[in-house]
Amino acid sequence: MKMNGAQMVCEALIAEGVKTVFGYPGGAIMNVYDEIYKQDGFEHILNRHEQASVHAADGYARANGEVGVAMVTSGPGFTNAVTGLATAYMDSIPMVVISGQVPLSLIGTDGFQEIDAVGISRPCTKHNFLIRELSDLPRIMKEAFHIARSGRPGPVLVDIPKDITAEFGEFVYPDSVDIPSYSPTIKGNQRQIDKAIEAIIKAKKPLLYIGGGAVLSNASELVRQLAELTQIPAVETLMARGVMGAKNPLLLGMLGMHGNYSSNMAMSETDLVISLGARFDDRVTGKLSEFAKYADVIHIDIDPANIGKLVEVDYPIVGDVTEVIEKMIAGLKGKVNPERYLDWREVLERYNNLHPQSYIDSDKVIKPQWAIERIGELVGEQAIITSDVGQHQMWAAQHYPFDRPRQWINSGGLGTMGFGFPAALGAKKAFPDKTVINITGDGSILMNVQELVTAAEYKIPVINVILNNHFLGMVRQWQTFFYEERYSSTDLSFQPNYKALAEACHGIGYDVTTKEEFDAALKDAIEKDKVAFINVQVARFENVFPMVPANGALFNMMLPPKTEDNSKGEK
Amino acid sequence: MENVRRVISVVVENESSVLSRISGLFAGRGYNIETLTVAPIPNTNHSHITIATKGNLRLIEQIIKQLHKLVPVYKVIEHSEMVEKEMVLVKFPIEASLADIEALCSAYNGGIVNVGLDMFIGMVADEPSRVKHFVEAVARHKPIEIVRGGVVAIER
Repeated sequence: MKMNGAQMVCEALIAEGVKTVFGYPGGAIMNVYDEIYKQDGFEHILNRHEQASVHAADGYARANGEVGVAMVTSGPGFTNAVTGLATAYMDSIPMVVISGQVPLSLIGTDGFQEIDAVGISRPCTKHNFLIRELSDLPRIMKEAFHIARSGRPGPVLVDIPKDITAEFGEFVYPDSVDIPSYSPTIKGNQRQIDKAIEAIIKAKKPLLYIGGGAVLSNASELVRQLAELTQIPAVETLMARGVMGAKNPLLLGMLGMHGNYSSNMAMSETDLVISLGARFDDRVTGKLSEFAKYADVIHIDIDPANIGKLVEVDYPIVGDVTEVIEKMIAGLKGKVNPERYLDWREVLERYNNLHPQSYIDSDKVIKPQWAIERIGELVGEQAIITSDVGQHQMWAAQHYPFDRPRQWINSGGLGTMGFGFPAALGAKKAFPDKTVINITGDGSILMNVQELVTAAEYKIPVINVILNNHFLGMVRQWQTFFYEERYSSTDLSFQPNYKALAEACHGIGYDVTTKEEFDAALKDAIEKDKVAFINVQVARFENVFPMVPANGALFNMMLPPKTEDNSKGEK
Repeated sequence: MENVRRVISVVVENESSVLSRISGLFAGRGYNIETLTVAPIPNTNHSHITIATKGNLRLIEQIIKQLHKLVPVYKVIEHSEMVEKEMVLVKFPIEASLADIEALCSAYNGGIVNVGLDMFIGMVADEPSRVKHFVEAVARHKPIEIVRGGVVAIER
């Protein structure tokens, strides 16, 4: 069929089964937007900032596992999208971003809104393309989706010069891809798996260390089966919350800088780390020389470059977590004695009783941890929780009862403030029947606050719970501990009227200072089915505990106070 | 861990951005490039990139794995049994001893390749360590300019 390049882009998206595209038009991408206007194969959501478009596509992908799609124009449109690409890249999220580019003849001339998009995005995409011939367009679109979703997933950029979208040519969308230089290892070497099984059977204090790869691979059920079969205790990284399910007795909690006591102690004392799609991030390991010091390491990862990058590995297994666990379960059945690890589980239970994940509640002021637990009680399993970055993110990861994978959506690797609200829009588009709540702070929410307008226009009723401590809380916490309380540029006392701001953008706002008001606001926001800001005044100087100071050993945790420290006074 | 020198041979799809993907990977992740040469492989759509680098063994392993991850990379060859050659061109003033220099050049697998009115040029192609020795040996003849070519290598 003969058509122009712009229509080819739309036809390719439809052929890939894309239902929702998040984007923002501009000069170089206008031809494509003209074709979007004429088609009805997918919906286009006009965000109010390109960064938000990419985060929304990202949130959509994290919620349902499909490839998220965003579209932006050249120059500033593209550079605004870079933070979104980097966010998705660090967390291995499958995404295709299409950017307009100046016409081929203008490339290299510093034309209006020209920027070297493939040059800039090279280190923050899995791969990128600049289309130089119309005849390459269908193949490149097919390859972009294939690369984004296969192997270790990641964002792919397709940069399309304007003259190519105007040119006419024959469109045949390929059925398959042929990239001889690209073939991810999926299956996992059986001999290596057998060795790992032997190690598990011999271990006395093994530990399942579950990472975001278990979510990306949809391996949650298998991970739970593996734990159930072997009765090996488990810890989750920030990216893996929900894989085991909060009620699972084998789950110790989250490990790392803000991990709970028993999780971090388990990692410090284990004799066999079984890493399932985790990558030994510095926020997890703390001081490397002290990390899992007495343990052999089984590392299962689809990306060979992750294996042996930071920690010496005794049993490397390159492959998809799902495929490898299936084989492990088959090999372990009847061979492993779950009683064997009973003593180990008892030690860990004692650790957990000694220092459970806790905080001191208050009658005078709302504690941020209480607000998160309360959301869990009120909407729990049926909600999708997104978050921004900072204290609220850590409290949410610690205190929300996540029951399933993909219920928890946050920017773990890059730590992008402003991610939560647009990601919530994406998640809500993927699951319109679920309650979607962005747990955020008074710092982060302002970084994509314009999305109130998007949410109101398209009737995407997500609820933003702003845990407002009038501080850039996490930086303030570090200043308290490590900078002798010099609160350099972290006091956010000067702030907008959040309730009025939400209302000015056709949303609904609530000011909350008591627990009763909190319950009432959350219930009302769910009922009203409108984009909402719930502005919750929380204890100003609350800190996230436990805390392992940067590059400290995991077992050296600062633990939560047993009694309330009133020296700071509630202001 | 001790630093070692390694020559890594990379076979890539011959496309416009491939060199920037490779050099960008090295720059972005802080890997060292001692020399880098690129040339198309005859009768294919591939190119051969030869990189000499230094680092501890874990780093070298990371470099190889990260190179493998790049979509247009077909093959990464890291071998201790590589035949390595490097070329160097050296320009001398015409007053320098042509006979001495020619003898030196031929001892290092080369010769005089150009003679002009006020200068002449010697060329040598040999193992990188021998090229280094050659450059040291000709220093006393006061060379005007030295251009080294970077390592090319092939598996034995």
